[in-house]
Amino acid sequence: MEFFRIKKDLPFMRHALTFNIISLITFVLAVFFLATRGLHLSVEFTGGTLVEVTYAEAPQLEPIRSALATSGYPDAQVQNFGSARDVLIRLPNRDDLDTTKVSERTMATLHAVGGAPELRRVEFVGPQVGKELASDGAMALLLVIFGIVVYLAMRFEWRFAVSAIIANLHDVVIILGFFAFFQWEFSLPVLAAVLAVLGYSVNESVVVFDRVRETFKKKRGLTTPAVLDHAITSTISRTVITHGSTQMMVLAMLLFGGETLHYFAMALTIGILFGIYSSVLVASPLVMWLGVSREQFMKPKKEKEEAVV
Amino acid sequence: MNRYPLWKNILIGLVLFLGLIYTLPNFYGEVPAVQVSSGKATLKLDASLNGTIEQALKDARIEHTGLFIDANSIRVRVASTDIQLRAKDAIEKRLNPDPRDPSYVVALNLLSASPSWLTAINALPMYLGLDLRGGVHFLLQVDMPGAITKRLDATAADLRTLMRDKNVRHAGITREGNNVLLRFRDAEQREAARKAISAGTADLQLADRDDAADDLKLVATLSQNAQKTIRDFAIKQNITTLHNRINELGVAEPVIQQQGADRIVVQLPGVQDVAKAKDILGRTATLEVRLVDETPGALEGALAGSVPLGTELYNERGGSPILVRNQVVLTGDRLTDAQPGFDGQTNEPAVHLTLDAAGSRIFRDVTRENVGKRMAILLIEKGKGEVVTAPVIRTEIGGGRVQISGRMTTQEASDVALLLRAGSLAAPMEIIEERTVGPSLGAENIAKGFHSTLWGFVAIAIFMSAYYMLFGLVSVIALAANLLLLVALLSLLQATLTLPGIAAMALTLGMAIDANVLINERIREELRNGVSPQAAIHAGYERAFDTILDSNITTLIAGIALLVFGSGPVRGFAVVHCLGILTSMFSAILISRMLVNIIYGRRRKLESLSIGQIWKPGN
Repeated sequence: MEFFRIKKDLPFMRHALTFNIISLITFVLAVFFLATRGLHLSVEFTGGTLVEVTYAEAPQLEPIRSALATSGYPDAQVQNFGSARDVLIRLPNRDDLDTTKVSERTMATLHAVGGAPELRRVEFVGPQVGKELASDGAMALLLVIFGIVVYLAMRFEWRFAVSAIIANLHDVVIILGFFAFFQWEFSLPVLAAVLAVLGYSVNESVVVFDRVRETFKKKRGLTTPAVLDHAITSTISRTVITHGSTQMMVLAMLLFGGETLHYFAMALTIGILFGIYSSVLVASPLVMWLGVSREQFMKPKKEKEEAVV
Repeated sequence: MNRYPLWKNILIGLVLFLGLIYTLPNFYGEVPAVQVSSGKATLKLDASLNGTIEQALKDARIEHTGLFIDANSIRVRVASTDIQLRAKDAIEKRLNPDPRDPSYVVALNLLSASPSWLTAINALPMYLGLDLRGGVHFLLQVDMPGAITKRLDATAADLRTLMRDKNVRHAGITREGNNVLLRFRDAEQREAARKAISAGTADLQLADRDDAADDLKLVATLSQNAQKTIRDFAIKQNITTLHNRINELGVAEPVIQQQGADRIVVQLPGVQDVAKAKDILGRTATLEVRLVDETPGALEGALAGSVPLGTELYNERGGSPILVRNQVVLTGDRLTDAQPGFDGQTNEPAVHLTLDAAGSRIFRDVTRENVGKRMAILLIEKGKGEVVTAPVIRTEIGGGRVQISGRMTTQEASDVALLLRAGSLAAPMEIIEERTVGPSLGAENIAKGFHSTLWGFVAIAIFMSAYYMLFGLVSVIALAANLLLLVALLSLLQATLTLPGIAAMALTLGMAIDANVLINERIREELRNGVSPQAAIHAGYERAFDTILDSNITTLIAGIALLVFGSGPVRGFAVVHCLGILTSMFSAILISRMLVNIIYGRRRKLESLSIGQIWKPGN
């Protein structure tokens, strides 16, 4: 089997502008949705209490809502989670409530409503923890960006580092844009997925850049766009197969992982799809426009010092 | 050129063998067990306990399938959960004859069913996180400002006493924020005060503040060192207290750890009664000193049912009832330390208490007026009191150093000291994070994580074998070896495996195949360019190596950032992710190369490779 039967290098760079404009539009849309809709942050970031219960038979949600309202939680969100038998209740933190007793009181209320609920999971996060998690997440993101830029600059050239990080950061924004648009829940595992994908799609750029460097060294007389075209064409088979394999794994998580892994796998899926696109078709033109050339990869020959008398 | 030296093959084989051994325990599952651990910090487990347990089980005609002892616990493995409950009862009855004062914690637990030779080489199954096995997780914030304020209040009281003792005239001593303010009318008195304070303690830093000519102030603040000591003490003390309290819950493997400067993590696997757990964690114990009512006949009357007004009936530790007055002489707030030791004259075991200045004064007055009478020291927990000891007052006791002795063994002395020290929290705590996972959800999470990994793996295996033929199969074997090594490493390190951790395992496998795809594509490319098969294998592995290294390092950077800044679920993800990247480098490059070498390395006249179709543009 051979999927890719390419006779000549594909002229990716001729359409460089188009790719970047598509990319820019997606990016602007993502920013727009992030700004207007915002992220639906999970209880880990906002602080609050989350109670998941399961019933033997699908319960009516309305009586649960009204019972919670009368017992002092008018702002409780009650919804089904996964199946009709599972119910998820979210309670925001409030200053006037004894936060440590929320879960017990909620369970007591649910028992009073009837239907024999079974407690599956409780998560309570105090307000100070939520803020910390958000700032830790931001710090982790900064550290990843810094680490990758420094590594790529050392290993390749600053132009590669800058292009790779721009291309892949815009992936991150696009993933966040999806989460804002669909109002999917943004939780800690999703944050982990986003950062993992950042590291993973930089991979992609690295593989292409490796080829770029090699081609520059081996083949003389090619223009920079031609070198980039050659590098992308000769790695495209690997790109698609690798990402396809990773996506198979992620798909298995999406199908069998249940609710907890659902959004984690979702973030990875978007990240992988856009990762291919941006790390190849956005990063490479950026490198070109930043002015990469053969000379940067040739080891400077030591000039003989002539003795000055 | 495609042969590994023998030592390299042996080394790789050895790593795989070790990987297999350390992965093994995960396949055996778990069997019920009863775990015995010490319920008191002062009580050590010893080998003689083994015999006691053995005998208790024999008497109850319960058969066990193994008895294991380690530093902190003794575990008895039994055949079924039925026997487990009976065994627990039998052991409990034998070890804790007095259920109100248990010396040992007897808890139900699960033990790995792996054979003992595996356990002996420390091969244990992976350590599952709470989201996989069910249980409660709490994050507690210790109120450090509260602890400092409490100390400053005590300091203010101490300073008042000091000024009086040294005959320094002051115009008031108050605590304001994080300072203690001493007011003086003239500079002479202030100077005298400064000398007295500096001579007494190094914990306070003093500064002058003149608000008016006749309103001179001395501002005392706690030095950085003193504040640090208070904080360290508070957190240590709270952890000790939590240990003692959690022992009551009978949890097999509680985790109580300091996190950061002022937080404590408490994890109680298997605990479902969250309300009780919270109740016990949040309990405040106080110490009270009261006088004993020794009116003749009063105790007998109280036992008969009519407790005299103004008194209460308690049981003294060890059994005998005692009648105690309601009026509280002193509370535990005045206690600064309690240590076990010996009486200087009689050499009897004793407990030495240290009181703060105000406490010492009260104690001196009370003991002077009550020589020859008995005094009761009570520990009040959850509104229920217990008389720890009720010694006879022999003389007036001044100076704030109190000794409790009489009718005590060394063991009891250290128990009492611990109880007095640890019975109360040094600083209040607040639950700032709680996670409860029911057991059914835990089991479901394991199943979901397992199925995701399994089906993802199967899909990749089918595709790789179909696309790259024999080389695909080699990649799949390398990937399986990667999984094996990752599980072995996680088992060996006993790192906590969580659901995000399982997700990381799946994701890492999905990413790890990249290395083999890179290699296989390179080999195909070399073949396409007309290179001989042996040279193509060699060049494919050589050239792909740089790329694999680069791409794994960028992924590892992201993993490390998550490890550094992640907490909870993210950390679980990051640990597996980072380890997985390391094992994948090993398996994708070395193991797959070894296999390819074994298959093709010896053939001199190799015509073609089984790596799928090599399409050439000219065909």
